[in-house]
Amino acid sequence: MTLMKHLLGASALLALTAGAALADPAIIYDVGGKFDKSFNQAAFGGAERWKEETGGTYKELEMQNEAQREQALRQLAEGGANPIVMTGFAFGDVLNAVAPDYPDTKFAIIDMVVDQPNVKSVVFTEDQGSYLVGMMAAMASKSNVVGFIGGMDIPLIRRFGCGYAQGVKAVKPDATVILNMTGTDGSAWNNPVKGAEIAKSQQSQGADVIYAAAGGTGVGVLQAAADMGILSIGVDSNQNYMHPGSVLTSMLKRVDNAVYDAFKEGEALTAGINVMDLKAGGVGYAMDENNAALVTAEMTAAVDAAAAKIVSGELVVHDYMSDNTCPAGQF
Amino acid sequence: MDKMPRWADVLLVPLICLIIAFFFCGILIWAIGQSPVEALTIMITGSLGSTYGWGYTLYYATNFMFTGLAVSIAFQASLFNIGGEGQATLGGLGVALSCLFIPWPHWSLALAGSMVAAMAFGAAWAFLPAWLQAKRGSHIVITTMMFNFIAYALMNYLLVNVLRPVGKMDPASARFDEVTNLPQLGEILALVGIPFSTRNPANISLLIALACAVGVWVLLWHTRLGFAIRAFGKSEKAAVYAGISPVRITLYAMMLSGALSGLMAINSVQGEANRLLLNSVEGAGFIGIAVALMGRNHPFGIVIASILFGFLYQGGSQLALGTTIPREVIVVLQALVILFTGALPYMVQKPLERLFVRRAA
Repeated sequence: MTLMKHLLGASALLALTAGAALADPAIIYDVGGKFDKSFNQAAFGGAERWKEETGGTYKELEMQNEAQREQALRQLAEGGANPIVMTGFAFGDVLNAVAPDYPDTKFAIIDMVVDQPNVKSVVFTEDQGSYLVGMMAAMASKSNVVGFIGGMDIPLIRRFGCGYAQGVKAVKPDATVILNMTGTDGSAWNNPVKGAEIAKSQQSQGADVIYAAAGGTGVGVLQAAADMGILSIGVDSNQNYMHPGSVLTSMLKRVDNAVYDAFKEGEALTAGINVMDLKAGGVGYAMDENNAALVTAEMTAAVDAAAAKIVSGELVVHDYMSDNTCPAGQF
Repeated sequence: MDKMPRWADVLLVPLICLIIAFFFCGILIWAIGQSPVEALTIMITGSLGSTYGWGYTLYYATNFMFTGLAVSIAFQASLFNIGGEGQATLGGLGVALSCLFIPWPHWSLALAGSMVAAMAFGAAWAFLPAWLQAKRGSHIVITTMMFNFIAYALMNYLLVNVLRPVGKMDPASARFDEVTNLPQLGEILALVGIPFSTRNPANISLLIALACAVGVWVLLWHTRLGFAIRAFGKSEKAAVYAGISPVRITLYAMMLSGALSGLMAINSVQGEANRLLLNSVEGAGFIGIAVALMGRNHPFGIVIASILFGFLYQGGSQLALGTTIPREVIVVLQALVILFTGALPYMVQKPLERLFVRRAA
């Protein structure tokens, strides 16, 4: 009798948790944190947009350390969250090991390809978006010297820098592109003071347009550029509003769309590689009233023409990560 | 009787500190509009309520045991080794090189090889600061801290340019061969019939850490070298008078310390990640300082303190998973516990001592 009761109780509990399992998607932010004004915050924006439109709820989690990655994935999967979205390439290896254990759960990873039947991999062609803003930088520059400030020195950020340098050289082959990285450890993503210092150093070398692809560090770069009266270019989110009249444009990386789409697809999430390129609207440049006075019709015409060529395949931007070299500049 | 009994000093003081710490944590959680009781329950059941939770707690604790012991050895020679972070980073490099480039036939040999490599790399990283201290008088706190940054930069260079497989985005090495995977704690305990979850990263390194604790105890209190280290720590002049070479003791103590820090990598790099990550140490080198302080620089105390810190780490993770308490507040909670248990025991010790003395009088 008591055994029966236990069994019934257990199955009732299972049914309950299974019922709850149908409910919520989950998002895991990488160690950079939810409010980095850039990459993770864009993801947060996508999740919030989904919440507003559907009235649903979602679970979210910010990573504290490396060992937590696997733990968080397993616990969310076992708790019934579906789909589980994670921002950042650093999850790739762990997800590759965890995903086969939960065949009924769908996962989505941003900035990384994980080849598993229940994983959607969303990657962006940052080289293409950076190419376009590079062209714009070259056309806006009077000194023929432009700068790039990356966050942490990793291949992904070199891909940004390399695309940018190619865009600059496409417009002005004799222009100088100064490529700098903020640092070699994780703090380089959130060091606005150092970002401002590098921006000043680049300005003293003649740069009058500086592109920051450095997460929270970019806030300092944009500020310094505004203070010195030169132009800057934002990244990931539209950062034009931060210093109207000084931010030339922003290289958009629509992480928010990736998260929103994954949440919207829900448990029916389609696995496979999803390349968010220029064609798919995954990357681009930002135009609004804050930078309307800075960008001429000529500039947009040239950039849009190049964009059309990239979309049609006529123009191929070299991807740094395909062979770890950059034809247009030295890191 | 002018002192309180030893059991009160060793057990009662930390316990009271812990209770005070939890009291303030409770106020903080209550102030941000969450339930302190629920939070505490999640922390405790999540980290100590199942063998799964214990596995994570012990995994973190293993890291802290190594770095805590490392700090304590240097401390006995009154050297403040802040470079545990860098030494453990280099230890990780040693482990990775050994696991990646030597075709080990069996995990036990791989473990032995990794241990030698980890200790050698960790000790080598501690050698230069030690030599500069001993010969040139450059302060060890400054040099070891600088060496942390050099270690970060070196690791970044190697992972981005050398060890990263071509075409991979993540600045991390390739996965080690499966042969090098260490047996998990659950598998070991199953041999003696204790059921323990295997879905956690706790592994054989825990036993090695405990063995190291015993080893450090034997070394410090039952060998000639240990005596020399402690004598040097108490008074350099007296040590020199007794014929102990300050240069040699500084080098020995620091290199032992570096070797222990480096050993941490067998747990985090070989035991958990199975590959070399950019930040495989994750502050354990610094936590080791707090662990050593709290454990009163005694190996036994360090083991206990490590488990407490492991509990804090795992409990903090569970708190993040189970509640909406933000990550930053969890760090504050952990810091409060460290503050009260590590830095403020004297606040409790003196009144308690008075209480005992009065009762005895």
